[in-house]
Amino acid sequence: MNTVPVLPKLIGRRIKRREDPRLVRGRATYVDDVKIHGLRHLAFKRSDVAHGRIRSVDTRAAAAVDGVEAVLTGAEIAGFLGPMPIGTPFPSPDHHAVAVDTVRFVGEPVAVVVARDRYAARDAADAVVVDYEPLPAVVDPEQAMTGQPAVLHADYPTNVALGPLSRGTGIRRRQPVDDTAVDEAFAAADMVISQRIVNQRLAPNSIEPRGVVAHYEGGKDELTIWSSTQNPHILRTFVARMIGLGQDRVRAIAPEVGGGFGAKINIYGEEYVAAALSKRLDMPLKWIEDRSEAFLATVHGRDLIGYVDLAARRDGSVLGLKLRIVADIGAYNMLLTAGIPTNSMTMAGGSYAFPAVRVTLTEVFTNKTPTDAYRGAGRPEATYFVERAMDMLAREIDMDPAELRRKNFIRPDRFPYRTPLGAVYDSGDYEKTLDRALETAGWAQLRTERAAARAAGRVVGLGLSMYVESCGLGPSAMVSPGGWEHSQVTVERDGRISATTGASPHGQGNETTFAQMLADQFGVPIDHVTIRHGDTAVVKQGIGTFGSRSQAVGGTALHNAGIKVKAKMARFAAFLLEAHEEDLVFENGTIAVQGAPSSARPFAEVAAYAYKPVKRPEDLDPGLSDEAFFEPLNNTYPFGCQIAMIEVDRGTGEARLLKMVAVNDAGHLINPLIVEGQIHGGLAQGIGQALIEEVVYDRDGQPLTGSFMDYALPRAADFPRFELDHTVTPTPVNPLGAKGVGEAGTIGSPPCIVAAAVDALSPFGVRHIDMMLRPEKLWRLMQGEPS
Amino acid sequence: MYAPDFAYYRADSVAEIGRLLRKHPGAKLLAGGHSLIPLLKLRLAAPPALIDIGRIGELKGISVADGRLRIGALTTHAQIAASSEVAAHAPALAAAAGVIGDPAVRNRGTIGGNVAHADPASDLPTVLLALGASFAVATDDGERAIPAGGFFQDMMTTALGEHDIVTAVDVPTAPEGQGQAYEKFSHPASRYAVIGAAAAVGLTGGKVGRVVVTLGGLVPAAIRAGSVEQALSGQAPSADAIADAAAAVSNDLGPDLIGDIYASAEYRRAMAPVCVKRALTAALKRASSVAEAPAARSPWWKPSWL
Repeated sequence: MNTVPVLPKLIGRRIKRREDPRLVRGRATYVDDVKIHGLRHLAFKRSDVAHGRIRSVDTRAAAAVDGVEAVLTGAEIAGFLGPMPIGTPFPSPDHHAVAVDTVRFVGEPVAVVVARDRYAARDAADAVVVDYEPLPAVVDPEQAMTGQPAVLHADYPTNVALGPLSRGTGIRRRQPVDDTAVDEAFAAADMVISQRIVNQRLAPNSIEPRGVVAHYEGGKDELTIWSSTQNPHILRTFVARMIGLGQDRVRAIAPEVGGGFGAKINIYGEEYVAAALSKRLDMPLKWIEDRSEAFLATVHGRDLIGYVDLAARRDGSVLGLKLRIVADIGAYNMLLTAGIPTNSMTMAGGSYAFPAVRVTLTEVFTNKTPTDAYRGAGRPEATYFVERAMDMLAREIDMDPAELRRKNFIRPDRFPYRTPLGAVYDSGDYEKTLDRALETAGWAQLRTERAAARAAGRVVGLGLSMYVESCGLGPSAMVSPGGWEHSQVTVERDGRISATTGASPHGQGNETTFAQMLADQFGVPIDHVTIRHGDTAVVKQGIGTFGSRSQAVGGTALHNAGIKVKAKMARFAAFLLEAHEEDLVFENGTIAVQGAPSSARPFAEVAAYAYKPVKRPEDLDPGLSDEAFFEPLNNTYPFGCQIAMIEVDRGTGEARLLKMVAVNDAGHLINPLIVEGQIHGGLAQGIGQALIEEVVYDRDGQPLTGSFMDYALPRAADFPRFELDHTVTPTPVNPLGAKGVGEAGTIGSPPCIVAAAVDALSPFGVRHIDMMLRPEKLWRLMQGEPS
Repeated sequence: MYAPDFAYYRADSVAEIGRLLRKHPGAKLLAGGHSLIPLLKLRLAAPPALIDIGRIGELKGISVADGRLRIGALTTHAQIAASSEVAAHAPALAAAAGVIGDPAVRNRGTIGGNVAHADPASDLPTVLLALGASFAVATDDGERAIPAGGFFQDMMTTALGEHDIVTAVDVPTAPEGQGQAYEKFSHPASRYAVIGAAAAVGLTGGKVGRVVVTLGGLVPAAIRAGSVEQALSGQAPSADAIADAAAAVSNDLGPDLIGDIYASAEYRRAMAPVCVKRALTAALKRASSVAEAPAARSPWWKPSWL
């Protein structure tokens, strides 16, 4: 058997994504590629006012447009489709898929058109005439908390949707808040750093906008719904409930999904309307969001104001942190809206062992697009607040920002570490990662370069920041649909392996990483493994991909299902080889007795035997397929350090990134190439937030950044080469030791970039700058205007 | 992003464009489509008909003759940016064409479409004004030439009549010793110019000779910075002289400048001298090097900026 090629172990290797050939060649199938005989198209008439009472909706002209088959108002839709459910346990006002009597943000649907083609649908939507009684637009969240200048929802007279909630030292469930420790910390401090910090509103902007095809087949009383979603099983759950079908009668398919970034976790009104109308009209319906709609009708991210107070001794020991957060959540609670800022509370202490911490959160309704998860979902905001405060402290006491961090880290021997904010950090060694970053960046050398550049009259700065985040969600208590994932692994009759995963990857590369895992586990070539996902008829159960969970949770479910199938296959092989199961090795496409290579049987032969076991081992049923659910007992807490060098144009204020170093610790890596790709994308979005991205509304609640003419997305040419490295601190939470990495770059980079910009402008007396770092803003600071 | 209904015609010659324009009042010409199609999809424009002129061969290509560079209206920005003739004879135009939008825009967008559209933040009008270009226009009655100075009249408004068609852009070849530059402060989203400044400067006996400076992005149509030109002309090209001349641009800016959420009018006003100074500095650097060593002038296959 020496002719058998030796298959290298694949876990840990840089294997190119198997997904990419079809994606880059345009051979993938997205929702808009789904075509069904008799398909009709939807278009939504959307509000062009931020706040108004609907006096009337005149659909006559729309109904007269050639090709239009139906026009329905919000009131008509509400006759068969109830208010939309949310996925958090917090109170929430009614939110109709199509507005019934009041519109509360520009872009809210007011009517829907069904037409033979999308052009006719759009023409008709434009022809719907809505008469509004204008109401004052609520735009400033802090003013909104006084109930001024208007109230969005009658049951929320101060526009406060939630809170104030408090967490931290001295707070226990059902007991009065004890402020003693926090007050003592601040009383003992030599100084308190105080700053109002804005983490601005962003538009997620996946390359593929949202889209849905709903196909109800009356003859079967079944609905198939294709959607550009991150979580088809959750979509199925909610759609089935909303349109009155059992989950057994609804099949949800997430075909190729061109990016989600958290915004496609939501189940949106357009999906409910398509499903309900398809059932009602008994016809297949398609709606594809256009880019202009995406800016208005897909959730936004971030939009938190943080009031930070950091109490410290002159030697850099931090004694306490107070953070008061005001979250501008927009007009409604979407699926997870209310929960996202609570993540910011949980992670507010960062990677530091602060003795006393108090975080308070108030969520406020305004006349803007609702916010919800966007890459990082609460952790970027938390990281930004604490890291900005640490950076300001370092500057205040003239201490190296790295050394200040080092002084306040949670020490490695304190893990698992229970934070005052309710998290239990699984594992960590922050100093190791910090040191690796300092080394990779050449920190001392960079400081010399900065000095030289400044001497030459250039405006150059260095930034350093740490992050710790929570991902791999998580125990069911922490995830509303359940905190597990599911997988089924099947060794087919020909020895090929098919596996399903309930994680629904849409860019994370799990078709590759999961195949690497199974190829190693079964000792077969990776080309013999296929990973299927994104179809509830194929994948029996699942939650989905968000919160950097697909590898840590979905990967473990797959791993565990593989263990079960392999054990059964070993019993068949043991019977054939007349050996003990525990003596068998699966490698190089064979199964052999350990130490006896001549005993090897081809993997495919054993597989075939398992499906036609003419002489069958006792108590062993035919077939090689099994499944596993996996629920971790805790989240994972990856961490890292980033270092950036920025130059600000002295004449114009334009900031240019000269150097970007990111050292991440996500535990064990299955495929470092894919990990780096995830980091690159994350960094791009985080740097984008710092430098060029911001959703802006005017005083009337009109969005001023409604297209790519005004809302910038970062492009590859905007960046220097990212310098990446990793440290490895495995998690004990799952057997893979993998933590998750999809959001790390986005979470870590904004404070690093801003720290570098502040450092660059520090000769001008600058200590903080709010994002985005618009050139005009930086230029004005260099002119000596107050920040 | 679905355009309203329109009729589509394709013209195979300039004469046919004229016939179709007369036959279909309100029709718009479709060349590269990179300005028109977004307007249609945003439903900001709803012309009854589009006349596709994109395949008319006589409107494409670049040639040099009689001291001028003739660039066909359908020549793309990418072709202009890559042209050795343009690089040799109108280097600021090559530079500007190379920083328009992004590669996709440059591969489709055309010079004729660009100038006829006359976006105030567009790069080419600023440069063409600085280089003293003129536009060959086919009219109902034949042909006429409109100099760039009289062409751009207001925001998206030109001297073109209802049936007029830009067929080519004529750019005088740079005189011996002239240095040219285009300085762009780019918007990160649109990649249009927040401010664009072009300079064409000649040196005579170590002093600044003829100098033209233009600005885009500040007012509804590109303008000449006459005060800057006057201040610099006849001066020795020192850094101080350049800075002083650039500062004079404030005299060329009226009370009302364009402003938006990215860059306020006040900020743009402050940026005007910064961009002018950079454009002048770069142009003078090239001018000096040419004047000092005329024999070393780049052969046509090697652009002077290499």
